[in-house]
Amino acid sequence: MSAPRALVVRAPGTNSDEETVRAFETAGAVVDHLHLFRVLEEPDMLDRYQIFCVPGGFSYGDDLGSGVIFARHLSGPLGDALGRFLNADKLVLGICNGFQVLLKAGVLPGGADGWGANQTPKATLTWNESGRYDCRWVRLRNDRPDHAFLRDMPDVEMPIAHAEGRIAVSDPAVLKEWVANGNVALRYAARQGDLPEGGPTADVTLAAPHNPNGSFADIAGLSDASGKILGLMPHPERFQFAHQHPRWTRLGLTGEGAGMKLFRNAVEWFD
Amino acid sequence: MLWEVEIRPAAGRRDAEAERAAELARGLGLSVEPTASARSFLIEGDLTREQIERDAVPLLCDSVIETAEVTACNAEAPRSAPAIGDGELLNVLFLPGVTDNVARSAKGALQRLNVPATNVASVRKYWVAPGADPAALDRLCRRVLANDSIEHVVRGQLTLDTLALGKPYRFEKIVVPLRGMDDEAMLRLSKEGQLSLSLAEMQTVRDHFAEVGRDPTDCELESVAQTWSEHCSHKTLAGPIRYEGPDGTVEFGNMLKETIFAATVAIRANLGDDDWCRSVFSDNAGVVHFEGEGDDEQCVCIKVETHNHPSAIEPYGGANTGIGGVIRDPLGTGLGAKPLCSTDVFCFASPTTPADSLPPGVLHPATVMSGVVAGVRDYGNRMGIPTVNGAVCFDDRYLGNPLVFCGNVALIPADKVAKKVSPGDRIVALGGATGRDGIHGATFSSVDLHEESESVSGGAVQIGDAVTEKMVADVLLQARDRGLYSAVTDCGAGGFSSAVGEMGEETGAEVHLDRAPLKYPGLSPMEIWISEAQERMVFAVPPENVAAFVALAESEGVGVAELGEFTGTGRLVLKYEGHTVADMAMAFLHDGRPHIVRAATYAPATVEPLALPDKSDWTDELLAILAAPNVASKEFIIRQYDQEVQAHSVVKPLVGEAEDGPGDAAVIRPLHASNRGLAVGCGINPRLGDLDTARMAESALDEAVRNVVAVGADPSRIAVLDNFCWGNTERPETLGSLVRSAVALQDYAVALGTPFVSGKDSLYNEFAYSDESGERQTVAIPPTLLVTAMGQVPDSGRAVTMDLKQAGNALYLVGETRDELGGSHLGLVLFQTGGTPPTVDAEAAPAVFAAVHRAIAEGCVRACHDLSEGGLAVAAAEMAFAGALGAELSVEHVPDGGDRLSDAAALFSESNTRFLLEAPAELTATLERHLTGVPYVKIGSVTDGDRLVIRGSDGSPLIDASLADLKAAWQSTFAGY
Repeated sequence: MSAPRALVVRAPGTNSDEETVRAFETAGAVVDHLHLFRVLEEPDMLDRYQIFCVPGGFSYGDDLGSGVIFARHLSGPLGDALGRFLNADKLVLGICNGFQVLLKAGVLPGGADGWGANQTPKATLTWNESGRYDCRWVRLRNDRPDHAFLRDMPDVEMPIAHAEGRIAVSDPAVLKEWVANGNVALRYAARQGDLPEGGPTADVTLAAPHNPNGSFADIAGLSDASGKILGLMPHPERFQFAHQHPRWTRLGLTGEGAGMKLFRNAVEWFD
Repeated sequence: MLWEVEIRPAAGRRDAEAERAAELARGLGLSVEPTASARSFLIEGDLTREQIERDAVPLLCDSVIETAEVTACNAEAPRSAPAIGDGELLNVLFLPGVTDNVARSAKGALQRLNVPATNVASVRKYWVAPGADPAALDRLCRRVLANDSIEHVVRGQLTLDTLALGKPYRFEKIVVPLRGMDDEAMLRLSKEGQLSLSLAEMQTVRDHFAEVGRDPTDCELESVAQTWSEHCSHKTLAGPIRYEGPDGTVEFGNMLKETIFAATVAIRANLGDDDWCRSVFSDNAGVVHFEGEGDDEQCVCIKVETHNHPSAIEPYGGANTGIGGVIRDPLGTGLGAKPLCSTDVFCFASPTTPADSLPPGVLHPATVMSGVVAGVRDYGNRMGIPTVNGAVCFDDRYLGNPLVFCGNVALIPADKVAKKVSPGDRIVALGGATGRDGIHGATFSSVDLHEESESVSGGAVQIGDAVTEKMVADVLLQARDRGLYSAVTDCGAGGFSSAVGEMGEETGAEVHLDRAPLKYPGLSPMEIWISEAQERMVFAVPPENVAAFVALAESEGVGVAELGEFTGTGRLVLKYEGHTVADMAMAFLHDGRPHIVRAATYAPATVEPLALPDKSDWTDELLAILAAPNVASKEFIIRQYDQEVQAHSVVKPLVGEAEDGPGDAAVIRPLHASNRGLAVGCGINPRLGDLDTARMAESALDEAVRNVVAVGADPSRIAVLDNFCWGNTERPETLGSLVRSAVALQDYAVALGTPFVSGKDSLYNEFAYSDESGERQTVAIPPTLLVTAMGQVPDSGRAVTMDLKQAGNALYLVGETRDELGGSHLGLVLFQTGGTPPTVDAEAAPAVFAAVHRAIAEGCVRACHDLSEGGLAVAAAEMAFAGALGAELSVEHVPDGGDRLSDAAALFSESNTRFLLEAPAELTATLERHLTGVPYVKIGSVTDGDRLVIRGSDGSPLIDASLADLKAAWQSTFAGY
């Protein structure tokens, strides 16, 4: 199959779009990098793409809460076109602000299931437990090794940079449902030592800075049940080169950064 | 109809805002603190309750964690009891006209949901227990909940019924009867009208208009005041100065040009064909070559500004607009540069200053610090520009007058470096609308702060809107690459008056002020002309491109307006609804200012010897220096900045095994097709200025260069930039100390071959108040010079970090140590003054930098750290704990140039041009070959232990400390911040 076409959408205040475009291009995708207003003018253009990506930033300044206004565009004017996208054999990625957008629009965690229905949200991304913005590298445990974006990435480090990255839920019992559906895709893990065995638990949370924001069940990224949609707070596009790693001068890292694997997985998924 | 949507944490959820405010209140020792908080939106429009509940509430309230309540808000029918208990309600609202980004976003989003809101305001609400002490409540409101300069507190239920702001403006031409004024009247006019013009300047303006045969309009007088302001014209330092120093008298016609700029001219002449400067001191930022040639040549530019006075009054907004402003400088350089990274340096009084010791009108330094950091954080992070470098200095003389340096580095193709305004080009404004924000900011930053500043100058405080600036940058770079305009500059101090005045200096300009989009009605033409509303850029657009330019801006939702045109008349003409409100010669504006010769004197201070205790173990002093605020870890600040966005980070501000050691400088790799790196670092040490500003200046330049060389920058490709922050230079000795430092900078920059490419000064950094006995007191800041260095790293894959890497590796000290403990941190922790301040060796230093660079570039160096505050002992300690490896050193053979050093001097002297290097055993021979000809010693080795041991000449330990204790000391100072 020929290279998949990816659409990376920037809104006012999006700021990680260029490096996200670069990562998809390096991985071999054909990328269109468009302003949200162009997509709103012609929602059906979504049909032309295989990958839909909302990159990081502060869309609309996050003035009404992170991702809220961008999310309204997805669930409102773009709702029908996005519904077709979710129901097709296609991939959706939201990084940082993009994850906030996907969650608040209702794309995650349900995916195609129930899209368009007026559901009461069960989870949100809100202020870090520390109450402030935090930029640091974290280590991630992959709970969905079968996921389109996450194959062969059992243990990976990436930076986070956010103020509103804490998953909060209306009822902790939702975790059972999420585990059954495979919604928990990535969890924060201790920077040193072995990765945690077993699935997530609602009552044990890793201390900061390992879980940097106090996220429920240490969750860093959510998937839909099918494993084709991913939202994550860490930034894989900021680890395209080994020299972006904070300890590359100690570890002697060279070449490609481990974050690129996520983008390569997405492109190779269409092989 | 006015509705209120009040949003509170849902039952069982943390009320983080109330907790934050309560903690602050307790910190100030207040007897009252908030017990609950809410955020609310006031929404005005022809709207029903159902519309609000169905459409607005789900938009504004996150139902997973919050609950919302909708009430009608009006004056006649006060609403039911307060939402929480019977406590007193305090509403914090912005003052009318202050930028309310949240409300603006809410209004736009509501309108898109077909909720026709006409006005929206955002409110913060707090409840306190009833029966609070009125004085404590008042302090809570003023010190914790709100800032008087931008906000006000309304107690009890809000009873307003409209948010409408401003009345339509009715034109009235205002002429100022200047010709009939005597000196006294003119001085009064200058002061009361916040023109900040001197008597000689007022006389010059009066005489000019007497010649013209009429009195000036308010717009004309303001245009003069803005153009001649210290902020815009740098009339003090770029003017004539008669300097009487220890070596005689020097007459400068333009002091900056004859010192700092002259250094660059000399360096470029020395370089000949190898000159890599592209545009220096002529544009908004200095531009130098980075990589490539011909059509592919890429350049980089840098600018560092200060935003001190606004930050003293409203730290968040001041710092916010400081960084916003300096980002617009590269955007307005040439035809526009793309911002790559920011550097931010602050000077504050101690955050542990007792609250009851503050003079009236002064914000607490802890409040200033957290506000400034938040202001830089929120703007830089939102813009998507990583903040990669910084420093913080503490001195109690920054009380009431903090320093906030904001810098930005940007990338620009060589073929976009030149710009030219042509007659006929249209004047097009892009970005935010114009309001009364910041009126008189340019002239305000040219006067001393005094305790009434909070009220008198309140209009001078702006709030930034980073997303608007991001949108402007997005449009600007697209328009640049499509070739849609011929020149651009930013609206900074003085607003349109400075931007248009500057761009139209050679051509003349005609501006129709009524075409500027306004935030609210009621602004006079003069207010439109000098408003410092943020996030605006002015373009010269050829007429045939105007339609395309406007269409591009509109397609991204960015405000755009054609204001007029650049003419060929050489006159500045301002019109409002057809009336001419100004018509004056550009030549008078730009060249008419009287040149006043300022007196500057300098007398060297006598050097007292530093009295050192007689002791053999200096471990306690080392721990104390590591904990000293200037040295201690600033991780609590650094982590709040996005250091990673744009994905070009190579060396981060925090490095080492636990990613928390103090890196010397940041390295980024801006072009992804190339390994060439850019290193950004700085030097600043106000402690030296009290002893000798020349030594401070040389040391700042040396430190900035050291920092970037330490990570791998090539010393022959380092551009530097100066920021002088001084007190009132109308005092000859204050100006003299500045001139002395400028001359020293000139000489040392030429020796190092590091051209100054841009700079900025801020004078009059003093704070005056009346003490308890009614005596007038003035606090002047210590003379403070920041030097920022932008170095180039030939191969960023060869960049090094300062953390020790491997046990068994050798440690080398490079550079000569002298007995230079004047202004040192050893003196600070011993409460001792005296001693010789660090000097530089202009002949030896270039060889040291070159040798260290060769060694790094050839891959011989595993870790490198510069020696600065705390000297050798601190550098070794930082390298060890950052690398989680021990080290054993001996000071026995430290190169001392023949002087016999005391153990204390060997450990703690702050001599310049020194590095500590780590090299693997198999590369020490190669390393030593690279170091041939420069002073160095193999001073010790890396161990796999957990201690730092530094031995004296007799072999006994001078320092013996565990890594854990060293690191704990360094991290403890700001642990609770």
